[in-house]
Amino acid sequence: MKLVHRNIDKDGGGSITLIPEESEDMWHAYNLITKGDSVRASTIRKVQNESSTGSSTSSRVRTTLTIRVENIDFDTQACVLRLKGRNIEENQYVKMGAYHTLDLEINRKFTLIKSEWDSIALERVEMACDPTQNADVAAIVMQEGLAHICLITASMTLVRAKIDQNIPRKRKGNVKQHEKGLCRFFDSVMQGILRHVNFDIVKCVLIASPGFVRDQFYEYIFQEAIKMDNKLLIENKSKFLLIHSSSGFKHSLKEVLLDPAVIAKMADTKALGEVRALEAFYTMLQTEPAKAFYGLKHIEKACEAQAIETLLISDDLFRCQDVSQRKKYVALVDSVRELGGDVKLFSSMHVSGEQLGQLTGVAAILRFPLPELDEEEDISDTDSN
Amino acid sequence: MVVTGHVDAGKSTLMGHLLYKLGRVNSKVMHKYEQESKKLGKQSFMYAWILDETGEERARGITMDVGQSKFETDSKIVTLLDAPGHKDFIPNMITGAAQADVALLVVDSTRGEFETGFESGGQTREHALLVRSLGASQLCVVVNKLDTVGWSEERFLEISNKLGSFLKQAGFRERDVTFVPCSGLTGENLTEPCTEPALTKWYKGLTLLEVIDKFKCPERPISKPFRLSVNDIFKGTGSGFCVSGRVETGMVQSGDKVLIQPQNETALVKALMIADVPTMTAFAGDCVTVTIANFDQQNIAVGYILCDPLSPVPVTSKFEARIVIFNTKVPITRGYPVLLHLQSLSEQAVITKLVAQLNKSSGEVVKRKPKCLLRNNNAVVVIETSRPICLELYRDIKELGRFMLRVGGVTIAAGLVTQVNLDSVLINNSWYFNFSLDCTFNFSDSVIIQENEWKSLKGSGFGI
Repeated sequence: MKLVHRNIDKDGGGSITLIPEESEDMWHAYNLITKGDSVRASTIRKVQNESSTGSSTSSRVRTTLTIRVENIDFDTQACVLRLKGRNIEENQYVKMGAYHTLDLEINRKFTLIKSEWDSIALERVEMACDPTQNADVAAIVMQEGLAHICLITASMTLVRAKIDQNIPRKRKGNVKQHEKGLCRFFDSVMQGILRHVNFDIVKCVLIASPGFVRDQFYEYIFQEAIKMDNKLLIENKSKFLLIHSSSGFKHSLKEVLLDPAVIAKMADTKALGEVRALEAFYTMLQTEPAKAFYGLKHIEKACEAQAIETLLISDDLFRCQDVSQRKKYVALVDSVRELGGDVKLFSSMHVSGEQLGQLTGVAAILRFPLPELDEEEDISDTDSN
Repeated sequence: MVVTGHVDAGKSTLMGHLLYKLGRVNSKVMHKYEQESKKLGKQSFMYAWILDETGEERARGITMDVGQSKFETDSKIVTLLDAPGHKDFIPNMITGAAQADVALLVVDSTRGEFETGFESGGQTREHALLVRSLGASQLCVVVNKLDTVGWSEERFLEISNKLGSFLKQAGFRERDVTFVPCSGLTGENLTEPCTEPALTKWYKGLTLLEVIDKFKCPERPISKPFRLSVNDIFKGTGSGFCVSGRVETGMVQSGDKVLIQPQNETALVKALMIADVPTMTAFAGDCVTVTIANFDQQNIAVGYILCDPLSPVPVTSKFEARIVIFNTKVPITRGYPVLLHLQSLSEQAVITKLVAQLNKSSGEVVKRKPKCLLRNNNAVVVIETSRPICLELYRDIKELGRFMLRVGGVTIAAGLVTQVNLDSVLINNSWYFNFSLDCTFNFSDSVIIQENEWKSLKGSGFGI
C-alpha cells in the first residue's frame, strides 16, 4: 500500500489517501474502514438521462464519489472490498443522499475520512505501507485423500483449494485401486498447485503431511514434471520444503509454522510471531495458570493491576460495529503499551488468529500471578455463540 | 480382533506367520514373497508381506494402513485387523481398533526395544489406552521376539509385571488380560505348543491360537436399528460400487433400502458379502461389503453411516460430551482446535465451551465454566465440528457415541456423547428431539446411565 496524503488534526480527525497495490492491502483497508467513515474513490455509476421528449437513455460514467459507509463487505477469496453507503457530496450525476456501492480497486487511490483516528488505525496504516513485511509462502497440508493448498501472506492465510477425495483402502489381492486412487489424488493436488501458486511471488512452498505422503507426493510431482516437461516446476524445485504435520486439516498449519526448518526460512514474519505468542500463552497456562488469562473481564482487571506483560488481541475485535466497544479495546491496548507491555495484534485470517478469536479474542500473559482473578466465578458469558 | 503395538514390534510378521501356519496362504505365494524379500535384502519381512501389500509399505517395511484378513479357530471365525504401529498412522489404527471387540497388544521383548515402546513417546501405552477407550475390553499381550533374549523367563515376567500394572490402571480387568510368549519370525508357540526346550522348561500355558479361541464374544445389539459406518469405498465388479464397514447394530438384508447420513439420501442394498462370500443377511459385528445401487459414488465418503430409513442416525455439528483428558502438554481452553475420531470418521472440530469440570470419581461438578482443563481432568464440554457428522448418544448406541480427540499427533482425550444439541439437529431427525428436550443438564441422571463405562474410561486417565 502506498500512502499518498495524510492530513490528521490534533483532535484526531482527518483524512488519509492510500493506493492499494496488492490483494492483501484490501484486507488492511477492510480493517481500517468502519461504519460511519467517509470514503472517496473513483467508481462507475449507471446514470439515466431523460431527454426533453421523455425517452430515457442510460449510460455508464466514471466519476468520483464520496459516501458515508453503512455496510462493509469483504470477499476473502477474491480479496474484494465492497462499501455501501449514501452519497454525501453531490455532483452532476449523483444526487445527495443517493445510495451507491463502491468497489475498492487495486492501484486506484481512495481517501478515507474518519472523525477520529485512533492508535490502532494509525498503526494499521503504517503496517500496510511497510514493504519489508512481505513474505509469501505457499503451504500444502495433506494426508491421504485430503489436501489444503494455502497461501500465507503477512496478515492472511487463504485456503486456495481444498481437495477431498476418497482413496480406496488396500484390501486382499487388490492394491491396484488404492494405487490408482492415490495417483488421481496426487494429480489433483498438483493441478491445484499449478493453478493457485504463483512461483514469481512465492518464496517457498511447504509440503506438510503425516507419514510418507509428502515424500511420495514430492517424488510424484517431479516425475510428472519431467514427463510433461514442465519447466516451471523443475526450475522452482529448490523452493519446495518437506515438513512433518500430524494431519491434513487446516489447523495443522500451526505445527508447520513452528517447525525449525520453516522458522529458519521464513525468518520473522507476522504469521510466525503469532503462532509463537499463542504457544507461549498455552505453555504459561499449563505451568502457571495464575499468570495467563483470557476473556475481556479478566483482562481488564489484570490491566488495572498493571500486570499485563504480553497482550494477545484479535483484529476481529476492532472491526466491531459498536463505536464504544472499539474505544474500549483501543483504550486497553493503549494502556498496556503505556505500562511497558507488549501488544500482539493477531490477524483473524491466520489459523492462530482463528483460535484466539474462539478464545474470546483477547488473552494475556501476566508479569506476576493474580490468583484472586481465578476465584471469580465467570469467564464472562459474553461468548458470541 | 485388532493387532496393535509399538512400531517394529512385529505385528504384521506375527500375524502373517499365523495365517501361513493356518493354511490361509499357500506355499507358492509364500515362496514368491521369500524370494522377493530376499532380493530387497529384507528377508525377515517375508511374513509381513502377507498383510502389507502396497509397494510403499513393502519398500519401507512398515504397515501404513490397516490390513484385513480372516481365519478360523476351533470355535470362532476371526476377522483380523493388522493395525499400523507408527505414530503418524494412528488415525488408521483408530479406524481399525474401532471395529474390534478384542485386541492383541504385541510388545518387543528385546532389551531396550520394549522400554522405548513403553516409556513416554512409545506407542505401547497410547495403543493400550486407545483400544480400551474404543471399547475392546479383552486383551492378549503377546510378548514377541523372545528368541532374541534366549527365551528368558525372567524377561517375560519382567514385562508381564510392568505391563500388567499399567493395564490395570488403564481399566482392563485382570482376568481379561493374558500374556503369551512367542516369536513371530520362528513361529514358536503360535498354533502348536512350543517345542523349544528353553521355553518349555518354564512355559506350560496356551498357544496364541488357543488364547484367541478363548476370547469371549460380546453380546451383539441385533435388536437395535441398523447402523453401518463406512470404512472404505471402492469399485466392485459389475454395476454399482461397494462400501465396506462393520455393522454396528441391527441387521441388513440384500434388497433393503438404507438411508445414507449425513447426506440424507436413500439407496438400495444390492448385494452383501462377508469376506468375499455372498450372503443374504448381515448382523451386528459382521464386517461386511455392501454393493450399493441408486446412489452416486461421489456423494459418499468414509465416515458416513448407512442406517435404517425409519430410525435415522442423528446428524449434528454441535454436541455435548464428557471427556477424560489424557496426558497433554498444553491445557485445553475454549476454542481449542482438535481432530475428532469417531469410528472411521475423522473431522476437524473445535471445543467451543467448557461447561464444567467434574470430580474424577464421583462425577460431581467441581467447577462450572473452568478457565482451562489440565491433564487427567474429567469435564463436560461442547464440541463443534466443521461439517455435520453422524453420532449417537452414548446411552443409545455405544459404538457411535464414543470418540477420541487428537492434537498434533497425540491423543489428548477420549469422550462420550451425552447430548446432541437441539438447535443444530437437522429437521429430518425430529423424532430424536425428545432425547435432547430435557435441555437442563441433569448430571446425576447421566452419571447413572454411563457409570460402568465411565469408570473404565476414568481409569485410563491415571498414571500416564
